[in-house]
Amino acid sequence: MDNLYEKLSQDIRMQEGLHACMNCGVCTAICPAAEIYNYDPRIICDTIQSKDNEEIEALLKSETIWYCGECMSCKTRCPRGNTVGLIIMALRALSQELGYFAESEKGRQQLFLKRVIGGWIVSKGYCLYLEGIGTDLYPEQGPVWDWIQENYRDVFARLGANYQGDGPGILRKIPDEAMAELNSIFKTTGAFDRFEKIERFSQKKAEQMNLTLDDTLANEYIGHIYSKTEKNHNAL
Amino acid sequence: MILAGKKAIWNDYQKEIADDKYYYVRSCVRQNFFPGAETTFLRIMREVLGKDVYEHPCHTSCSGIGYHSDLLPLETTMTVVARQFSLMNESGYKNLVPSCITSFGLYTEIMDTWHHFPETLEKTRKLLKEATGRTFEIPENVSHASDVFYKFRKDIAAKSKFKLINKNTGKPLKVVEHIGCHYAKMFPSKGVGGAEYPHVLVGMIEDWGGEIVDYPERRHCCGFGFRQYLVGANRGYSVTSSKKKFESMQPYQPDMIITNCPGCPMFLDKWQYTLSEMEGKVYGKDGRGIPVFTFEEVAGLMLGFDPWDIGLQVHQVGCEPILDKIGIPYDPEKKYDGPHGKKLSKPMAATFNL
Repeated sequence: MDNLYEKLSQDIRMQEGLHACMNCGVCTAICPAAEIYNYDPRIICDTIQSKDNEEIEALLKSETIWYCGECMSCKTRCPRGNTVGLIIMALRALSQELGYFAESEKGRQQLFLKRVIGGWIVSKGYCLYLEGIGTDLYPEQGPVWDWIQENYRDVFARLGANYQGDGPGILRKIPDEAMAELNSIFKTTGAFDRFEKIERFSQKKAEQMNLTLDDTLANEYIGHIYSKTEKNHNAL
Repeated sequence: MILAGKKAIWNDYQKEIADDKYYYVRSCVRQNFFPGAETTFLRIMREVLGKDVYEHPCHTSCSGIGYHSDLLPLETTMTVVARQFSLMNESGYKNLVPSCITSFGLYTEIMDTWHHFPETLEKTRKLLKEATGRTFEIPENVSHASDVFYKFRKDIAAKSKFKLINKNTGKPLKVVEHIGCHYAKMFPSKGVGGAEYPHVLVGMIEDWGGEIVDYPERRHCCGFGFRQYLVGANRGYSVTSSKKKFESMQPYQPDMIITNCPGCPMFLDKWQYTLSEMEGKVYGKDGRGIPVFTFEEVAGLMLGFDPWDIGLQVHQVGCEPILDKIGIPYDPEKKYDGPHGKKLSKPMAATFNL
């Protein structure tokens, strides 16, 4: 079996984020996620410092590592200069590398993020894209957002945007040669490999859960991971 | 002696902000949700302050939301950032100005990593060369757009037509300032005032006539949390964080909220709508919401720009009570117009007129 502590330690964010935690718990006191979820960042440090392979494997398969919002408030407060948010990023990266993310319902949500955020970056060059953000999936955007979407070309033109236009400006069309460079970076640096792993392990999980999964966002598995949580994640 | 000591300590909380020749990189969130804010920033920089600001059409997302959604390996994001720097180099600029706080935090994080782990810089150089044939040099100065307005806040004040003052009472407006977490929580030395005393918005607000509201949850996150907002099942995290802030600031009866991060104003605006619909709760005065602004929008208002040209109509919480209080003129009939006076439909009414 892999030595998971060693694997984690290869991530530079582990070296930046964890220097002999003394378990004072200040990170937990400041953590927004700890108020909402059953989450204690102090215990994350404790588990990793134990170097116990079984404990770390359980952590990588757990709901726990998906609770952090990466606000990095822990960085400001830790008297040892630790950053649990960075440790979480290393844990999430390894969890996806090993396919363990599919073992938790919060981890399974990565497929939705991959298809939406990942899809926009490699197709449009933006992490978010106006036409894909509707109040069907984001109802809190409200009636003014509906109005913007109904009239987006006029509203954006009035506000000085260059929507899908050539040259610089707001929501311009990113030139083909720039998109080719971006996609080449994704291929060379392993982003597409991670995307492929997210798809592959999600497909396997969808079969286990007896839910349909195709290439779109309109299938049982995506609908399930986007909107449902069956476990109690709330803070105690 | 004591004063000298205080000044010496305060020097640790300052940062160097370039004074001209800026290379501007846009924000995914701001472009989609507050396009008028970026337009207003560039208009003020070029037309009011007379600065040289360049934008390369080939720059892309910094990939920060993908990175903080844990979709992208660190190497990918480092190389995307390196490409942004390469475009800046080929344009002949050395002073990077990101519109986005997530981007600003990402650039500072990556540059810090490259500094402490030089092997990651060398690896990034190799990856960028292999993927694109490009080379790059690190910027001489990285300042967020709000840092730049902080630097020129007195120049903006000198040219302003309005102040953050109630025209009827002559008293300063009470302003909540909200700083994006990634501005200085990760790297305090990279933000004006650090993480403990972030002064970037305070400086603008005070020099533009307003009074700061100091409330218990002033430094709490707006609740974006990346995956915690983007996935529907997690969104309770996001609205709960904003609600915690609203409940904390409400007793101080703020007139307005000003933010320097692209995402925060969206959440602080839209979650007020959500909470009014879900719970019948409003946090402002007279049954209204607390209007939320970007710093660019406020600068534009102070300078006398038309509120609908800077994009205040895209906010869910109405800005009119503040415009009335300051005495800024506006034509309500033109609020929802398209370009050149083209008449468009109007938004559906919400349950509460925030």
